[in-house]
Amino acid sequence: MSTAIETLVNREYQYGFVTDIEADTIPRGLNEDVVRVISAKKQEPAFLLNWRLKAYRRWLTMTEPHWANVTYPAIDYQNIIYYSAPKSAKPLASLDDVDPELRRTYERLGISLTEQKRIAGVAVDAIFDSVSVGTTMKAELAALGIIFCSFGEAVREHPELVEKYLGTVVPHSDNFFAALNAAVFSDGSFCYVPKGVKCPMELSTYFRINSADTGQFERTLLIADEGASVSYLEGCTAPRRDTNQLHAAVVELVALDHASIKYSTVQNWYAGDAEGRGGIYNFVTKRGKAAGAHSKISWTQVETGSAITWKYPSVILQGDHSTGEFYSVAVVNNRQQADTGTKMIHIGKNTKSTIISKGISAGQGNNSYRGKVKVLPRADNARNYTQCDSMLIGNRCGAHTFPYIEVENDSATLEHEASTSKIGEDQIFYCKQRGLKAEHAISLIVSGFCKEVFQNLPMEFALEAQQLLGITLEGSVG
Amino acid sequence: MLAKPLLEVANLRASVDGKEILRGISLSVYPGEIHAVMGPNGSGKSTLAQVLAGHPAYQVTGGTATYEGEDLLSLEPEVRAQRGIFLAFQYPVEIPGVTNAYFLRAAYNEVRKARGEEEIDPLAFHELMEERLKLVDMDAAMLGRSVNAGFSGGEKKRNEILQMAVLEPRLAILDETDSGLDIDALRIVANGINRLKRPDNATVVVTHYQRLLNYIIPDVVHVLAHGRIVRSGTKDLALELEARGYDWLTDEKGLDGAEARAGVAGAA
Repeated sequence: MSTAIETLVNREYQYGFVTDIEADTIPRGLNEDVVRVISAKKQEPAFLLNWRLKAYRRWLTMTEPHWANVTYPAIDYQNIIYYSAPKSAKPLASLDDVDPELRRTYERLGISLTEQKRIAGVAVDAIFDSVSVGTTMKAELAALGIIFCSFGEAVREHPELVEKYLGTVVPHSDNFFAALNAAVFSDGSFCYVPKGVKCPMELSTYFRINSADTGQFERTLLIADEGASVSYLEGCTAPRRDTNQLHAAVVELVALDHASIKYSTVQNWYAGDAEGRGGIYNFVTKRGKAAGAHSKISWTQVETGSAITWKYPSVILQGDHSTGEFYSVAVVNNRQQADTGTKMIHIGKNTKSTIISKGISAGQGNNSYRGKVKVLPRADNARNYTQCDSMLIGNRCGAHTFPYIEVENDSATLEHEASTSKIGEDQIFYCKQRGLKAEHAISLIVSGFCKEVFQNLPMEFALEAQQLLGITLEGSVG
Repeated sequence: MLAKPLLEVANLRASVDGKEILRGISLSVYPGEIHAVMGPNGSGKSTLAQVLAGHPAYQVTGGTATYEGEDLLSLEPEVRAQRGIFLAFQYPVEIPGVTNAYFLRAAYNEVRKARGEEEIDPLAFHELMEERLKLVDMDAAMLGRSVNAGFSGGEKKRNEILQMAVLEPRLAILDETDSGLDIDALRIVANGINRLKRPDNATVVVTHYQRLLNYIIPDVVHVLAHGRIVRSGTKDLALELEARGYDWLTDEKGLDGAEARAGVAGAA
C-alpha cells in the first residue's frame, strides 16, 4: 500500500498546547444549583435564568440520542466541569487590557487581538473556555449600527433583542444536547445587523478550549434584519489531551425579509491521537431560519478535527422565495468519526435549497453523510439539489450516506446525486510521473475534490482550509 | 564517434503480483533517436514503459537501467520525471476539480525547481501555454477544464502530448498513444511529437500497430514477445510486421529454448 499517503495523514496537531492561566472553575457535576450559579456569575436577568431552568428540567427527561453512526463510551455528565473562565476575564475597557498570556495564546493560533495587528477586514470575538476575552473592531461596526459582542455582553446591553430571538430557531427543548446547552451555556457570540446594512467586513468567532475536563457550551445568535447581509466565520482549536472533552454548542441564525447570512466554519478541534485516545466530542446544533421573503442562509463548513462530530447545520425555509445552502467538507482520519449533514425544511413557496457534501475518509476513520430534505404541503414549487460525494483513502476507512426525503407537495423538484471515489495508486502515480511528490499529489486531488465547497469560503479562509486539509490528511496515503 | 546512450537497459526483468512479465530486456537509446517498441498484446510493451517510469505495482527482479549514466531504478518516480523522463499514459488519469493549467504549471515548476531554476509566474506560464497549445492544435479553453475529466479518448491523448510539449522531456515514452485516435488526431499527435524532436532528446514509441510509424519515422524498431526483444531492426521491420503479422516472430521465439517453452506451457 502507498506509504506516501500514510505519512501524509499523520502530521502533528499544531494547536495542542495548553495555556497556563489561573481559572475561575466551579466543581464538577450538574444540578439546578449549577445552572443558578452560572446565571448568577453572569448577572443575568430573570427571563434568562428561567429559560435555563426550563431547559435543565426538560433535559432531565431526555435521553442522549444514539441514532448517529458513531460509537463512544457513555458520557458521565456529572464528571464534567460546566464553567471555567480565566480569572482575569472581567469586562475590558480596551483590547489592550487583555491578559498578555491570553493574547499570546491567540497569537500562536494566528489571531491577533491587538488593535494594530488585527486581520484586515475581519472583526474577531475570541472565546476562551467559557467566556469571551475580547472582540475587535467594535467601534467600526457600531458606527453602522451593527452589534457584535459576546453573548454575555448582549444580555447586559441588549436584553430585549436576546429575549426576542433566543430559542426561536433552536428551542430549549430541541434535542438532548441543545437542551443541555440552553441550561449551562456560558458565553458565545452575538450579532445583530440592522435593516438595510450590508456588513462591510467578515465577522469571526474563534473558539478555544483550554481547561481540562471542561465542557464547552457556547451559544451564538445572529440576526440579519430586513435587507441586511453578513458573512460570519468561526474557527475552533483545543489542547491535546488524552481524555475526551464535550463541546455542545448551539448556533441560531435569523434572516428577515431580503436578508442574507453566510456562515462559515473551519473546525479543527483536537481529534485525538492515532489510537483514538482523547479528542473533542463535537455535538453541535446549528440551525438558521430564513424567516423573511427572499431571505437566504448559507452554511459552509470544513470539518477536519474532533474525535466525533455530530452536527447538521440546517435551514428552515419559511419565507417565500427563500434560499438555503449547505456546503460541507468533512475529513476523518485515524479513528475519527463524523456523522454530519443538513436538514432543509421547505415551508414557504418557491423556496430553493442546495446541498453539496464532500466526505473524505482516511486511516480507520468513519464518515457519514446524513441529510433530510422535507417539503411541506404548502411549499409550492420547492426545489432541492443534493450532491453527495465520498472519497476514500486507503482501505480501512468507511463512507456512508443516509439521505432522507419527505415530500408532501407534488410541485417539488428534487435532484440527488452521489458518488464514491478512491484516491488510487494510479492517480498518485500519474501526478508523480509529472514530477509532483505524493503529498502534493494528494493535496491536489483532495482540493480538486472539494473545490465546489472551498470556492464558497471567504477568500482569506479558503487557503487556510486547504492547508488544514493537507495537514489532516498528512500521512494517510501509503 | 557515437555519443553515450541516454538510456541503457540491460537484461531487465520485472514482474507483477509474482508473475514475470519482462524476461530480460536489453536496449540502448541514444540522444536524437526515435525507437519503436512493437509486439502483440501481452508481450510486455506497456510493462516496459511503466517500469521505466517507476510504477510501484511492478517489481524489478533483475537487470539494470541506466539513464544519463545514473541508476534509473533507484530513483523515485517523481525524481525520474524531474530529470526529464516523461510517460504519455495509455490510459491518462482523471483529476476532477484540478484545472489543466494549474496541474501543468505545478508539474512545470517541479521540473524547474529540480534544475535549480525559479518557479514561473502564472502570467509567463500562460504565454508559454499559448505557444505550446498550437503544437497539438488544442483550444485554450482546454486549460480551464479539469485534468482529463470528461475528455474524450482522443482529447486525453492530445492532452498527454500537450503536457509533453510543456515539460520538454529528454526521454519521452509514449505508451500506445495512437490507440483510439482517428486519423486526424493521429496526424496532429504525430506532428506534435515530430516538432518536439531535438538532437539531445529521444523518444520511445510503444505501439501495437504500424500506422503511427507512417508519421513518425523510427530509427530503431524492436519487437517484443513473451517479455523479450525477439527482433530489432530499421523501420522496414515495422513494414514487414504490417504485412506478415507477429506470428512468424513469436513462433521463432518458440524455438528459443526451454524458458520460452515453459512460458508457452504456463499460458496454456
